[in-house]
Amino acid sequence: MTISYTSEKVWWKEPLERTELIWVVIALIWCLIMFFMMPYWHIYGQQNLANEAYRAKPEDFAKKTDEMIAKYKVREEGPENMKVPVVRPPAGSDVYLIARLWSWHPQLELQAGQSYRIHLMSMDWLHGFSLQPENINIQVHPGYEHVVTVTPTNPGTYSIICNEYCGVNHHTMASRLYVVK
Amino acid sequence: MAVNRMFRTDPATGLVFHEPAEKLMRWNAVAAVVSLLIGGLLAIGVVLTRWQAVHLLPPDLFYQVLTAHGINMLIFWIIFFEIAVLYFASSTLLKCRLAAPKMAWLGFGLMVLGALINNYSVLRGDSSVMFTSYAPMGAHPTFYLGLILFAVGALIACFVFFGTLVVARAERTYRNSVPLVTFGAITAAIIAVFTIAAGAIILIPTFLWSVGLVEYMDSLMYKTIWWAFGHSSQQVNVSAHVAVWYAIAAIVFGAKPMSEKVSRSAFLLYIFFLQLASAHHLLTDPGLTSNWKIFNTSYAMYLAVLASMVHGLTVPGAIEVAQRKRGFTQGLFEWLRKAPWGNPVFSSMFISLIGFGFLGGISGVMMGTEQLNLIIHNTIYVPGHFHATVVIGTSLAFMGLTYFLIPVLFRRELAFPTLAKYQPYVFGLAMSGVALFLMGAGTLGVPRRHWDIGFAGNAFPYEFPGAAWLMMALAGITGLIAIVGGGMYLLITVWSVFLGKRLERPGFQHVRARDGMATAPAAGSGAVLTGHGSAGMAAPGTFVLALVFLTSFVLYYFVNWKYLSTVWPLK
Repeated sequence: MTISYTSEKVWWKEPLERTELIWVVIALIWCLIMFFMMPYWHIYGQQNLANEAYRAKPEDFAKKTDEMIAKYKVREEGPENMKVPVVRPPAGSDVYLIARLWSWHPQLELQAGQSYRIHLMSMDWLHGFSLQPENINIQVHPGYEHVVTVTPTNPGTYSIICNEYCGVNHHTMASRLYVVK
Repeated sequence: MAVNRMFRTDPATGLVFHEPAEKLMRWNAVAAVVSLLIGGLLAIGVVLTRWQAVHLLPPDLFYQVLTAHGINMLIFWIIFFEIAVLYFASSTLLKCRLAAPKMAWLGFGLMVLGALINNYSVLRGDSSVMFTSYAPMGAHPTFYLGLILFAVGALIACFVFFGTLVVARAERTYRNSVPLVTFGAITAAIIAVFTIAAGAIILIPTFLWSVGLVEYMDSLMYKTIWWAFGHSSQQVNVSAHVAVWYAIAAIVFGAKPMSEKVSRSAFLLYIFFLQLASAHHLLTDPGLTSNWKIFNTSYAMYLAVLASMVHGLTVPGAIEVAQRKRGFTQGLFEWLRKAPWGNPVFSSMFISLIGFGFLGGISGVMMGTEQLNLIIHNTIYVPGHFHATVVIGTSLAFMGLTYFLIPVLFRRELAFPTLAKYQPYVFGLAMSGVALFLMGAGTLGVPRRHWDIGFAGNAFPYEFPGAAWLMMALAGITGLIAIVGGGMYLLITVWSVFLGKRLERPGFQHVRARDGMATAPAAGSGAVLTGHGSAGMAAPGTFVLALVFLTSFVLYYFVNWKYLSTVWPLK
């Protein structure tokens, strides 16, 4: 049966067929284009993750977050007994966002067109920062402080949901992010 | 110790079966189908819950069912079947006795035990940690123990496979090189060995951590090494199902590869580069540099993607050449039009090839591009992608092979032939729908592994656009049809194997070693390829299809970059 066929020649000495040769060349060129597209975007594109991250202790990160909240809190939101602070940090500043079972803390109010250094970290398990409807998705680890510089474009109310499974109440982990003029 | 040398030759195909190898292939295939049955029943719960209008299960049960669905399908169904493929590609294709059948049974026993223990842990309810079981979220120790035992069993099976190759060489049961299908199986087994090694490196400490002997599990370390196991095991599937494609092309058409050099080099590229793909899952994670991400996520320079693109051409190309020799030479596509579309062995394989390439392959490269991953990571686009690769690609190819194996291996007539004729279309097309709708919903931001995208009762709910809800509903409907298609496969195979009409075939006979088992290849087999094609190409029709594929690939690739360029600037 052909399934157990092997050629008389040693296989690496078999001749190339033209269809295959042309296709291999075309496919290789396309693969190289795709490869160089990634460094190209780092130089000319706007959407890249920085390589800035630090090992950090959850307590220290929570402390920095609380200090920021104390300084820049503008109001509280949410139903009675589960109020969440909303902070409005100055443009260009370091902003801290805690992910934990099962909430984001605090809520942020940012200015359109300004850049912010957002520090992301989890207090417990893995979480997923998912900004909707922009659909920007970033993994959040415990013990790693990830610094991402974002520049919101349009004013509006955005949502941050968790998109890394984090236990039975994973689907309740949703928060807001405000962008104002 | 007496060596079992009982062999039988299947009169219809000339394939040779060694008695213990046959029994092992059968039992591995049965264990695979049982896992598929369990995974398939669980799929009903997953589909009907994520279809928000039905929203069947409560959250704890949903996450539990989703965990068990993923593991039974992705690990147990596929790997049991792959072990059967490994024994087929070594013992049967090389006409060789299986090395160490007792070790093979030990491996099988460990795999069954591991699968049972792991399912028990999920059934307990305290191990709903998903397929990925990301530490520091912990499962019951038996969860890891089950996986470790299963992996050890699979590793033993790989070494029985390698041992069989050694025996075949020593007893000269074949001439020259091993056949291409065996070569593909070797690729799968080599990747499996370093995959399982990565699994051991991460699962053993995690097991020790779960029983309290290890203090701390670093989440990034876990994720990096776990995916060297988790993603590479998918590359085992790719190698195995590509080998099955070549096998089916040879079985149905008598097709030979256009050139062994190209097809085998493509398999070599898999061995060299597939292991880097752990990075696909770490593109938005902190603590890893962009240089690391770019090099690894692209398999060096997309060299494994190159290999898949080559197989995508050479498999249908081989079929085209074989068909043209038979006289289907009109125009570019007569060979394809006159292909046996009513034969489920062929139709499964061809739908698998197209679905894997167009849906699974292209979407996989999108997700694996460092920056594009930002708009895809952990959305339901990801399950959309892998339902195209491992379900349409791997599972459907395996289903096609099953239809061939039922008369040959199980010596039973295929039951419900009409149902079998339609099964690949029902399953393949419905699953293509699932893949496409999930990808569509993912593009709109719908998260994977999420019980309620309506956020009912939440203080700060997010309202997904209507189109996202529609996509999820359509994925639910096509998902149910796909489950029906899977049920058709189960009905046909289980009925055939246990209740089907027995086929009278010559039984096992003692064969002495070195009995001249290797037959000389037919004269003039150095294939002359030209003369039936056009423009100096042996397979012009396939080349045109490949260009259609490339065009959609390029367009979709740049559409995604365009979309990325519209989101918030990030540095």
